[in-house]
Amino acid sequence: MAVPKIKTDAAEARIAALQVPEGGGWITAARGDALSRLRAIGLPGRRDEYWKYTQPDSLIAPEAIRAAVFENDEGPMFADIDRLKVVFVDGVFDADASDDLAQAGLEIERLETAGQADIHWAKDLYGVLESHGQTPVQRPLAALNTGFARDGVIIRATGKAVKPVNLVYLHESDSSDAILHHCIKLEKGADLTILENGPAAARFNKVMEVDIAEGAAFHHVRTQGRDHERRAVTHVFARLGAESTFKSFTVTVNGMLTRNECVIELTGDDAIAHVAGAVVGDGDFLHDDTVFITHDAQRCESRQVFKKVLRNGATGVFQGKILVKKDAQKTDGYQISQALLLDEDAQFYAKPELEIYADDVICSHGSTSGAIDDEALFYLRSRGIPESEAQDLLVLAFLAEAIEEIEDSAIANDILARLEGWLGRRRR
Amino acid sequence: MAALDETQVKEGVDQDTVDAVASMAGKYKYGWATEIEMDYAPKGVNEDIVRLISGKNGEPEWMTEWRLGAFARWKEMTEPTWAMVNYPKIDYQDQYYYASPKSMADKPKSLDDVDPKLLETYKKLGIPLKEQMILAGVEGAESAPAEGRKVAVDAVFDSVSVGTTFQAELAKAGVIFCSISEAIREHPELVRKYLGSVVPVTDNFFATLNSAVFSDGSFVYVPPGVRCPMELSTYFRINAENTGQFERTLIIADKGSYVSYLEGCTAPQRDINQLHAAVVELVALEDAEIKYSTVQNWYPGDENGKGGIYNFVTKRADCRGDRSKVMWTQVETGSAVTWKYPSCILRGDDSQGEFYSIAITNNMQQADTGTKMIHLGKRTKSRIVSKGISAGRAQNTYRGQVTMHPRAKDSRNYTQCDSLLIGGNCGAHTVPYIEVRNNSSRVEHEATTSKVDDDQLFYCRSRGMDEEEAVALVVNGFCKEVLQALPMEFAMEAQQLVAISLEGSVG
Repeated sequence: MAVPKIKTDAAEARIAALQVPEGGGWITAARGDALSRLRAIGLPGRRDEYWKYTQPDSLIAPEAIRAAVFENDEGPMFADIDRLKVVFVDGVFDADASDDLAQAGLEIERLETAGQADIHWAKDLYGVLESHGQTPVQRPLAALNTGFARDGVIIRATGKAVKPVNLVYLHESDSSDAILHHCIKLEKGADLTILENGPAAARFNKVMEVDIAEGAAFHHVRTQGRDHERRAVTHVFARLGAESTFKSFTVTVNGMLTRNECVIELTGDDAIAHVAGAVVGDGDFLHDDTVFITHDAQRCESRQVFKKVLRNGATGVFQGKILVKKDAQKTDGYQISQALLLDEDAQFYAKPELEIYADDVICSHGSTSGAIDDEALFYLRSRGIPESEAQDLLVLAFLAEAIEEIEDSAIANDILARLEGWLGRRRR
Repeated sequence: MAALDETQVKEGVDQDTVDAVASMAGKYKYGWATEIEMDYAPKGVNEDIVRLISGKNGEPEWMTEWRLGAFARWKEMTEPTWAMVNYPKIDYQDQYYYASPKSMADKPKSLDDVDPKLLETYKKLGIPLKEQMILAGVEGAESAPAEGRKVAVDAVFDSVSVGTTFQAELAKAGVIFCSISEAIREHPELVRKYLGSVVPVTDNFFATLNSAVFSDGSFVYVPPGVRCPMELSTYFRINAENTGQFERTLIIADKGSYVSYLEGCTAPQRDINQLHAAVVELVALEDAEIKYSTVQNWYPGDENGKGGIYNFVTKRADCRGDRSKVMWTQVETGSAVTWKYPSCILRGDDSQGEFYSIAITNNMQQADTGTKMIHLGKRTKSRIVSKGISAGRAQNTYRGQVTMHPRAKDSRNYTQCDSLLIGGNCGAHTVPYIEVRNNSSRVEHEATTSKVDDDQLFYCRSRGMDEEEAVALVVNGFCKEVLQALPMEFAMEAQQLVAISLEGSVG
C-alpha cells in the first residue's frame, strides 16, 4: 500500500530541519540506510493505528516546542548508589560532569568517537535491532534517531560489571531538541545495570539497542525527570539469547508527552524478559507505554506490568503485545495494565494484544481501570488517617506491583521514597 | 479429517474435544444444493442492478434513492484490511446480486402448487412439517395447529423471503413479523424512521454495499408493552452458485416490550467462495429487551480452504431507551472467513448490553469476531464473554472495543475472552481496545489461553476439591453459562458444542 503523502511530507520536513552528523566512519552507511528507511515509511500521522491514542504531531514537527526548565530542588537521583556517571546536557556530552570512562571496568565509548573508526564491533548492532524492529510495526521515529543521532554511549560488557552505568540527562535550554542513540552489548554471561534519569531536553528522541548473549543479564531502571513541559519519545530494542535476562523498569512523573516503546525479541530458549512501568500523571500529561514482545524460542518468560495513576486530565495509554511464534512452545507470557483514575477528568486507553501461533503456551493479559476503592479509603480513615494521606497510601499500594519488578532493593527504595515525597509534597 | 489426526495434540486436551472438533469440521451436513430454476439479475453491480433489485421488491421511490445514495458512496470506499484475515481479492463484478427461485414469481396457493424442491430443501434442513407448509408460502396454513412450541420463521432463500409463519397469530398481539421487502411496502413509516438509524448508510464498506443491494431479510416490530408471544427466527439459505447474499434485518422493540430472535444459516458445498454481507439493526426503546441469537453454520470450505462463505456482517444494537437491554449470543462454526462484531450502543441510562460468543475455527477457516460496547448513558452495564477454539490451520481472533464516554458515569464492563488452540498449526489472537474517559466507571478485561479465574478455583479448592475437579467445575459451569444464553430452539446445534470439553484450556 502506498505511503500517504502526508507521512512522507512530514518526514521530508523533519529531515530538512536536521543535519546528518559529519565525519563518520563505518557509521555513515548505517545512517544512510536509516534515512532511506525513514523516507520509505514516512513519519506517523494522526490516522496511524499505532498512534491511535497519542498524537505524534509535536514529536514529528521540524521544530521542538519550547519547554521551560523545571526548578528541581531535590538531590540527584541514585546519589547513594556507587555508579559511573555519564552526563548529557540537552543531548550534548558533558565531560566535566561525567566520571572517567576509562575507569569503568568495562568497554565504554561515546558514539561520536566510536562512529569515526573504520571498523568497530558496534557496526553489527547500531541500527540493526532498530531496523529489525520495523516489522511488523513501523517505528519511524527510531529510524530518524539512527539516521541523525550524533552521540550516545557504546558499551560492551564481558563479565559482571563492577558498578551500574548511570546515564544522566540534564535539561538546561528551553528549546533543546536532543537525539541520543546507545548501543549495549552483553557478551556471554555478562551482567550489567544501566540507570537513566533526567528530562534530557525540551524534546528528546532516544534509542537504546541492547544485544544480550547467552546467559547474560541486563537490568535497566530509569526515571524520566520532572520537567512539566518536556516531550520525549524513546525506544528500547532488545534481542535475548538463550537463558539470558532482560529487566526494565521506568517511573514517570510529569512531562507533557512521553511515548516509551519497548521492542523485545526472545531468540534463545529459556530467556526472561520483564518490562514494567509506574506512572503518576497530573494535569496536562500524556504517557504512552507501547510494548511489543516476540517469543521466538522455547520456554521463555515475558512480563509486562504497567500501573498508571492519573488525575486532572492526565491521560494514560498502554499498547502491549505478546507475539508467540509457531515454535515458541512452553511460552509463559503475562501482561497487566491498570489505571487508577483519581478524578473525573483522567483518561485511560489500553490495547493489550495477544497473537499466538503455538499451542502449548500460557499467555494471559488483564487490564482494569477505575477509581480508588471507597471501602479501602473508608477503612484507612476509620483508623484515623486523613483522607489525602489515605489516598496516597492506596496509590503507593497500587504502584507496588510494578515497583517490585526492580531487583535491586536499594534502587527500589530510592524510587519509592521519591514517589512518597512527590505525593506528599502535592498534599501540602 | 486427516490434518487433525496427524496433529500432535497438547497434553491435557481430552480426546473427546479433538473428536468433537474433528467431527464438526470433517463433514458439513448442509453441503447439498437444491437444483431449482432460478431467476438471476445480470452479473455485477451498478446503478441498474440497484434499480432492478428495488423494482423486483416493488419499492417506493424514496427507498430506491436511499439505495442509490448508498451505492454512490460505496464506489468511493475501499475494502477494510485491518482484520486478521487473508483472502484473495474479491471481484465484486463477477457475481450475481439477485437470485430468486422461478416458482416464487407467483405465490403458490396450495401445497400442490409449491415447488417440491423447495419443500424438500426445508425438510432436509430440519424445519418441522407444519412450518414447512407455511414456509413454502401456502396460504391458510397459519391456522393449522402447530406441533409443540411455536416459533415463527421467516425463510430466506438466496435473495428472497419464501415465507413467514405465524404472521396472523403475531398480528393479534400487535407484533409485525415479515420480510423486509414486505415491510418497506406495508410499513414504510416504521422502516423510514429506523432503517439506517443504527448502522448508517456510510458505516463501512460491506454495510454500505448491503445498503445498496440488499434483497431481503426480516423485519420485526414489537409494540409498547408487548411480550412477543413466541420466538421469532429467520433461516438464511444460500443456494445459487456465484451469488452473494445481502440480507437486511431490522428489529424494533418499542417501550417495555420483549422479543427473542434466532438466526440460522447454511449454504451448499461449493468450490468457489461466496459473499454474504448482511446488516442487522436492533433498536431497543425504554425498558425494552431484545435477545438475538445466532448459530452461524455457513459452508466453511474444505480442508484445503477451497470454497466457503465470506461472512462480512455488520450487526449493531442501539439501546436507545433508558433501562433497555440487548443480549447477543453467537455460536460461530461456519464460513471460510468471518468478519463480524455484534455491538451495543448503550445510549439510554441504565441500559445493558451483553455479548456471549463461542467461535470455532478449523482447517483453513479464519474468524475475526468480537464486539463493541459503547457506553454513553449513566450506570450502563456490559458484559462480554468470548470463547475461541482454533484447530487445524485456522486463525481465530477476538477483536473488541469497550468505550466509557465521559458522560457514562458509574458504568461497568466486564470482559473475559479465552482461547484454546488444538494442534500446532493454528493461531488464536486477542485484540481488545479499552477506552475509559471517566473515573466512576469500572472496566475489567481478562484474556487467557489457559487459565480459569484463580478466585473461583481457590473457592472450589477451599471446599475440598482437587485442582482437576475444581477446574472442570469452573470451566464447565462457565461454558454452560454461555450455552444457556441460547434459546431452546438452538439446543440441538448447541449440543455439539457442549461436547467440546474445554478441559484442555487449563494448562
